[in-house]
Amino acid sequence: MTPDELMDVAQGLQEKDASIPNHVRVCTAASCLSLKSDELAKQIKAELKEVGKDKDTKVRCVGCMGLCSAGPLVSVEAEDQKPVMYQKVTVENAPQIAESVASGKKVKDLVCDTDSPFFARQQKIVLENSGIIDADDINDYIANDGYQALMTAISEMQPNEVLDEITKSGLRGRGGAGFPTGLKWNMLAKTPSDTKYIICNADEGDPGAFMDRAILESDPHRILEGMALAAYATGATEGFIYVRAEYPLAIKRLKTAIRLATKNNFLGSNIGGTKFSFSIDIRLGAGAFVCGEETALIASIEGKRGQPRPRPPFPAEKGLWGQPTSINNVETLANVAPIVRKGGEWFASIGTNKSKGTKVFALAGKINNTGLIEVPMGLSLREIVFDIGGGIPDGQEFKAVQTGGPSGGCLPEEHLDMGVDYDSLRTAGSIMGSGGMIVMDKTSNMVDVARFFMEFCMSESCGKCIPCRVGTYQMHELLNRIAEGEGTMEDLAKLEELCEVVANTSLCGLGQTSPNPVRSTLRYFRHEYLELIDGKHIPAGAGQEVAS
Amino acid sequence: MSKVIRVVTLTIDDQEVTGREDETILTVARQHDIDIPTLCFLEGLSGWGSCRICLVAVEGVPKLLPACMTYCSEGMVVHTENEQIKAYRKSILELLFSERNHICSVCVSNGACELQALAQKCGMDHVSLPYRFPSYEVDSSHNLFRNDHNRCVLCTRCIRVCDEIEGAHVWDLADRGINAHVISDLNAPWGDSETCTNCGKCVQVCPTGALVQKGTAVAEMHKRRAFLPYLNAMRGNHG
Repeated sequence: MTPDELMDVAQGLQEKDASIPNHVRVCTAASCLSLKSDELAKQIKAELKEVGKDKDTKVRCVGCMGLCSAGPLVSVEAEDQKPVMYQKVTVENAPQIAESVASGKKVKDLVCDTDSPFFARQQKIVLENSGIIDADDINDYIANDGYQALMTAISEMQPNEVLDEITKSGLRGRGGAGFPTGLKWNMLAKTPSDTKYIICNADEGDPGAFMDRAILESDPHRILEGMALAAYATGATEGFIYVRAEYPLAIKRLKTAIRLATKNNFLGSNIGGTKFSFSIDIRLGAGAFVCGEETALIASIEGKRGQPRPRPPFPAEKGLWGQPTSINNVETLANVAPIVRKGGEWFASIGTNKSKGTKVFALAGKINNTGLIEVPMGLSLREIVFDIGGGIPDGQEFKAVQTGGPSGGCLPEEHLDMGVDYDSLRTAGSIMGSGGMIVMDKTSNMVDVARFFMEFCMSESCGKCIPCRVGTYQMHELLNRIAEGEGTMEDLAKLEELCEVVANTSLCGLGQTSPNPVRSTLRYFRHEYLELIDGKHIPAGAGQEVAS
Repeated sequence: MSKVIRVVTLTIDDQEVTGREDETILTVARQHDIDIPTLCFLEGLSGWGSCRICLVAVEGVPKLLPACMTYCSEGMVVHTENEQIKAYRKSILELLFSERNHICSVCVSNGACELQALAQKCGMDHVSLPYRFPSYEVDSSHNLFRNDHNRCVLCTRCIRVCDEIEGAHVWDLADRGINAHVISDLNAPWGDSETCTNCGKCVQVCPTGALVQKGTAVAEMHKRRAFLPYLNAMRGNHG
């Protein structure tokens, strides 16, 4: 299939879609699905039949629409009407939805305001199809420019031209460290080998982070296309998606997507009639956080115990089964097809000087609008938390926002006006991480927060290197003592000393970054530690709820 | 066609030395009588890089690198010791001593223990962290040997020698983090192991009194390692 033929197919599909007057979209990503949105979709279909609108209405089960706290979400595009989004829709509401399609009148009680900043302030690249297309229907993806980038690349571009676009775009790894993707792929392309691998890291494990899950559940073909483009650019022939077994829906949709893409020759041998061949397999993670670290992930795919090994050699030289390998995060790969389609310059025009494009954040914790957002890099924390996130519930006051999961830090009010990008977060003592954002209000106890994340690192340490294995245990013990009012100034000094030792001597990123939550809370909320040591207890806060 | 291995010149502790690019900093340093302390490393077994005792500073690299796993490259400038590295080595040893029950006075390896020697060498004379005092079992089910988990430092030398030299792969790690421990077979008592060949290599490479010969009393367990370079030389291994 040539790019033009694909465009014709897409146009045909678009026209067919346009000929259907009414469209109903029901979110069936994990969060809404847990509120039985699949049954809701079925019921809406049945009710549409009752009102005689089933023939001219298409009901789609789509991916995440973002505002998880208001789920299940349903969007209705009735003939000649502005699209309307409904929130907290239950099976009992199905007749009302069907009726509104028939009458063209809104169900006023359920309307979700899409002009609110939560929706209006977002800019979607990665999530552009999320909430629009049916993840299990490859035609939906094709109708929305799907596989256009891949077909154009393999038939009209040289691999180095694809690399150039990615380099020009300034795309940086969305998994946490922010390594330039173009550079990573260049290293792989330059390493001579007959066998090279592309691995998609979908082992999302930060507490409170669900960006990758939503992308995989909502738009799996985008990842396949991104991986295929990576393979074409670097000379890889085989790909693996390493996805955690705790994401059954994402796995199911990925499997369907791989099957359909292979059937349509977007994957497999001689893709689109060219010489380029690339296949993708799925490997399931067994729930170890450390397997998100690239060398541990490789060991896990090889069937070994999930433990990291020292780098260098980097995977680009010696990766999976000793072959050159590139490991990219889900969100990174989701950006690839749009970049190739629209050009690196277009992407580089979004965001800040050194952090280009958008970033998907998972808003959680003490915030009104819990859910998934995509915003341009450089937007301030204040805009994210108060405008898009809708502020703090129950009339409470903002205290801190935790970014970057167990490797990140807590940023206080004074940093609210800071533009969020890789470098600003690092300077402030946190990291971008994968994009989890946990908001805390004044009831939160920061020593508890530090203890929670340290406990997480301690139980997720693989136990290979001494500083991480024993250091996280000892730091957790010290935090326990301090949090329970039994700590001394010596304990605090020891804690700070251990933070330095563990950060500078641990083998992999898990250990090296595990002291970050302690360090950042000590930097901004040291008085809370001191008050506990002095015996002046501050009210125990929401430590446990950080996990939710 | 075999890959061409180049000879490179590098500086270790202000001394200009030459080494092959497939040799590690540790190997080249030791060839030139420059001492870098190690624990999990054992010549003749594959590198593991877990104990972090051999961390060295390489100019231009922001992180400390394990000398046992980092290969030489042209123009590299290595510092094997500075005040920071010395302090880190001591801290790591303190962590290790606090982890399990290392009580030298009642140990069969007292006086011939690598952990003990390392602590003396690095000047670690006390542990400033609270001891964990975990309760570990002693596996005496084997006819000839004993496994005392209280003294294990998880260096994995036993796992590596059994897998790489003996080819039996009796040992492995189970659980993770602070709960990680060495197991034989699928967590069966060592004496019931169907794969153990009773060769004793694991006992001889163990740096502490964790794996020992039965019938030894305090300070009587001296390890014999001569078999390892011998076997490697006979088999033509250059590990």
